[in-house]
Amino acid sequence: MADTATISSYPSTLPRPRDEQAALEAVWASPRSWRIVTDVNNTVIGYFYVGTAMLFFLLAGTLALLIRLQLAVPSNTFLSQETYNQIFTMHGTVMMFLFAVPVVEAMGILLLPQMLGARDQPFPRLGAFAFWAYFVGGLVFFSTLFFDLAPSGGWFMYPPLTSSQFSPNIGADFWLLGIGFIEISAIAGAIEIIVGVLRTRAPGMTLDRMPMFAWTMLIFAGMIVFAFPAVILATILLELERAFGWPFFIAAKGGDALLWQHLFWFFGHPEVYIIFLPAAGMVSMIVPTMAGTPLVGYRLVVVALIATGFFSFGLWVHHMFTTGIPALSLSFFSAASMAVSLPSGIQVFAWIATIASGRLRWTTPSLFILGFLFIFTLGGLTGVMVAMVPFDWQVHDTYFVVAHFHYVLVGGMVFPLFAAFHYWAPAFSGRALSERLGKWTFWLMFGGFNIAFFPMHLAGLMGMPRRVYTYPAVMEWGVLNMVSTMGAFLFASGIALFLIDLARNLRPGGSDTAGNIWNGGTLEWLHNREYGPRSIPIVTSADPLWEQPHLARDVDAGRYYLPGSITGRRETIVTSPIEATPQYLLRLPGPGWTPFLAANFTAAFFMLLTVKAVTLALISGVLAVAMLVVWMWDSDPKPLEPVDIGGGIKLTTYASGSLSHSWWAMIVLLLVAGSLYLAYVFSYLYLWTVSPQFWPKPEALAPVASAVLSAFLLVSGSAILVAAGRVLPHRSRSGRAFELLTGLAAAILLAALIAEVSAQSQAGQRPATDIHGALVFTAAFLQGQIALPILVMAGFVIARSLGGRLVLERRVIFDNFSLLYHYTIGQSLLGLLLVHGFPRLAG
Amino acid sequence: MRHARSFATIVASSVVLGGCGRDVQSMLAPKGIQAEQIAVLAWLLFGFGIFVLAIVIAATWLAIGGSARSRRILAQENTVLTLGIAFPVVTLTLLLGYGVWLTRALLDTDRDQNAVGIEVVGEQWWWRVTYLAPDGTPVASANEIRIPVATPIAFKLKASDVIHSFWVPSLGGKVDMIPGRTTHLRLTAERPGTYRGQCAEYCGGAHALMALEVIAMPASEHAAWLRRAAMPARAPQSDIEQRGQHLFLGAGCGACHTVRGTAAAGKLGPDLTQMGARRSVGIDTMPLTHDNLVRFITDGQHVKPGNLMPEFRFLQPPELDALAAYLLSLKAMDADG
Repeated sequence: MADTATISSYPSTLPRPRDEQAALEAVWASPRSWRIVTDVNNTVIGYFYVGTAMLFFLLAGTLALLIRLQLAVPSNTFLSQETYNQIFTMHGTVMMFLFAVPVVEAMGILLLPQMLGARDQPFPRLGAFAFWAYFVGGLVFFSTLFFDLAPSGGWFMYPPLTSSQFSPNIGADFWLLGIGFIEISAIAGAIEIIVGVLRTRAPGMTLDRMPMFAWTMLIFAGMIVFAFPAVILATILLELERAFGWPFFIAAKGGDALLWQHLFWFFGHPEVYIIFLPAAGMVSMIVPTMAGTPLVGYRLVVVALIATGFFSFGLWVHHMFTTGIPALSLSFFSAASMAVSLPSGIQVFAWIATIASGRLRWTTPSLFILGFLFIFTLGGLTGVMVAMVPFDWQVHDTYFVVAHFHYVLVGGMVFPLFAAFHYWAPAFSGRALSERLGKWTFWLMFGGFNIAFFPMHLAGLMGMPRRVYTYPAVMEWGVLNMVSTMGAFLFASGIALFLIDLARNLRPGGSDTAGNIWNGGTLEWLHNREYGPRSIPIVTSADPLWEQPHLARDVDAGRYYLPGSITGRRETIVTSPIEATPQYLLRLPGPGWTPFLAANFTAAFFMLLTVKAVTLALISGVLAVAMLVVWMWDSDPKPLEPVDIGGGIKLTTYASGSLSHSWWAMIVLLLVAGSLYLAYVFSYLYLWTVSPQFWPKPEALAPVASAVLSAFLLVSGSAILVAAGRVLPHRSRSGRAFELLTGLAAAILLAALIAEVSAQSQAGQRPATDIHGALVFTAAFLQGQIALPILVMAGFVIARSLGGRLVLERRVIFDNFSLLYHYTIGQSLLGLLLVHGFPRLAG
Repeated sequence: MRHARSFATIVASSVVLGGCGRDVQSMLAPKGIQAEQIAVLAWLLFGFGIFVLAIVIAATWLAIGGSARSRRILAQENTVLTLGIAFPVVTLTLLLGYGVWLTRALLDTDRDQNAVGIEVVGEQWWWRVTYLAPDGTPVASANEIRIPVATPIAFKLKASDVIHSFWVPSLGGKVDMIPGRTTHLRLTAERPGTYRGQCAEYCGGAHALMALEVIAMPASEHAAWLRRAAMPARAPQSDIEQRGQHLFLGAGCGACHTVRGTAAAGKLGPDLTQMGARRSVGIDTMPLTHDNLVRFITDGQHVKPGNLMPEFRFLQPPELDALAAYLLSLKAMDADG
């Protein structure tokens, strides 16, 4: 551990060994040519990730232009009704799921390690896996459009329109399996970001010295953890209904179409802030640099961000103001929707205050920020308007709302993103982007945007609904629509100019970048290569490059921590979550085929399942698991002797328990699983309030004894696994007790699941008959979904133990397995209580 | 400031558009009590929006190029708190109070004890309308809703297949129609006229074409109309109409459509007892004329793609003429329109 004395003794003035930097570079070298797909380094994956997200931006933008062409004149026949419906569904879906969330996640993967002074993300292979899964899954999903197989139920996919009865084509299945799968990839990225931000900051970078972008990414990732599981559950339920007839959304059997809307918008509203917060973080980074002064109200802004994240989970019903819900709920959600505008107000005036306290330079990033301020404020104000229930009754699902959320999303996210591209390009590229072209790009985009979207407010007020493929001439919406179409093409020409600028000037990947041309104050403006800075500095303020004048020079001379590779592998320093005190040296994996292959096979599994090629899908699934096992076999390397990272600081090379970064990742994963299960508990109770008549009388339920038996099995499973932990062998192995107990615990979990399913079947419950049966078997399904990985992991734990890779001193794999196992037991017990106890309580 | 001015100009021009153009479906040209109340709220919100936008633009302008003193004031955290929290808390609380009051007033059903009940069911992609005749018998119709002016109408809204949303902007806000649920909406037209409405919840396929018309009539006319509409269909008078009826029943139209007083009693499609009195065919895709009727019967999948009615292409032109003549004759003798 580092104490204040050693920290103050830095930077070291000792000369560095001659070949230290060359060795460091060799360890971090990217594979050549096409083997680059095996690289896992955050910079390389970050380039791929941002590039792919922008590709989807262009694709979905092209769809938008087709939409605008169709609507330019009344009664147009440019697109057919069905084609138009597919195109607007894909435009929304691709923009939200394949562009907006991935691109901010990508910017996080690319920028965070540099900003935090880390060499890489804490789980490089997980990041690579998440990217490739998204890349392959996204491309396959998009290409359904070329085969007339794209979904046409809207990006919100409301049942019953998307049920097998009203959407018999597999387009809806592509949406459910494809998007569900891509969201899993987003969650993987979120776990990576949370652990990265909390555990891999440079020494001394306490939470209140953390760059604002890192704060927003932390909150962004935290929101993904709680919001995405709701929509993943929704997609599971709808797919179970489509494939097997479990009637979650069919009113005649006790289901309810509104359940989907609750789950979807419980995700969908936070989603807006999930997209906006990181963009606000970018603004909070760029404004201080361009004004040449620290952000005014740093703490206020952090509080505002946290408040936004918190409030955003209490607003979802404002998407449902027209569904006939009672006045009391309407008023509550109306108030909450207004309250969420307060933190945005704080941020807007904090940026204005920062501009006022410095001198704003008229650069391209500044222009995009000012454009953002105007557009986002206007979008926020129409947001306040639609939060007013009676006004919403008129404009809901009209072009007024289309205008509103494009002002919020394009203004709130795309403009800051373009500011960010122009701002950070010199940190990664040999040349900065052109200021002259950049200003043209801005004016084309700003003018085009307002010309395209402002008239939509008016069209909506004049009665034009959303999602219409045409309209009759008598409605006199023609002029406004023609203006919108022209604006859209102007906006697109701005994007085209930006692409020209990129082609002319963007030169990433070289060892020398254009550098700190804006005089930024944060660590990403150090001389960063693929491995980040030459040495990892001590941070003593929020804007270290401004406060520590020689920092850049000293870092580059290797005068701070970890100036070379100590163990001959890729490494980074793990620090404590709040104070950022060095804790241990994390050895990171290098390039390998397994993340790439695992992602491809996982994508193949989901896509083949969609087209009902079950055998091939299963083969892909098994191969994906096999790749994961191979990948994990090398993880959790053997502890080494403590190492000196410089300045007399000795760090261990191994950590277990809550000190370990992977323990943190597992906890976050359990939060995801818990959120998913709570969404299920909510669905169960919600559907009971809607159709209690479908719940059987207590005497018709599965007997209490069966539940007691299952519960007994589960509790004993937990006890057995605890016992296994006690007999975890030391270095030298003796007996087979550990393997036996671990195997037994896994088997008992399976036995409890089988006992529950057979008890319910014997009691006459069937999943497709009515909503109660469907919910009972959903509990079992969710249980099976987590029991299966536990079985695989138990086998893996046993294999590692047999292979001598799991002993008392090297036990992280077992610790993580135990966390998941005990969580699963807890989830099962809750499920038993709900499924067996609730009907008896309520009946 | 430039932006604020252009915003105001455009909002002002929308008044002109709303006031002078065809305002059959504009919320800014209200023709009913509920729509008027919401329009007042809307103008209040627009005013509030312009005001706040002006403040933000002015503050940004001063922050960039204002005097040293104004920049010093803007750069303080207290200013951030005042403009970012105190000001919005006060104004938003006032707005919210008004909004909540209005929400409750609009949902308050106790005050219209004498409301006229009309049931509307959303179908892919048309509206099934059921009135109650004075004697309590249901009177089925489709896609047109005739209401008495100055009388509160209590709409009972349902959906038969997917979610739809019932919306007539001139008269008030929208309410969704959700399978398995019944929702309610109160509207009161203040003057006679024809107000267009449109399905506002995406319902697949021909959602864009799912329009409806509300025809507000003086109360006495409406009562007379409802009496006539409740009667069985007018019997065919001429030869061609008789041939048309024969064909209508023979070709199986009655499997889906009802013509009261005949053997045709299908429930799947719209009730055609008053078909000849409607203003359009295939919802409002085409005005009701002889040729358009024929076109819908033979080529309906082009007029309204995906609709459930098969195309009756085997019918010969003389047969189609007879069928159209019969359908056009289906109206009470002195019905208007």
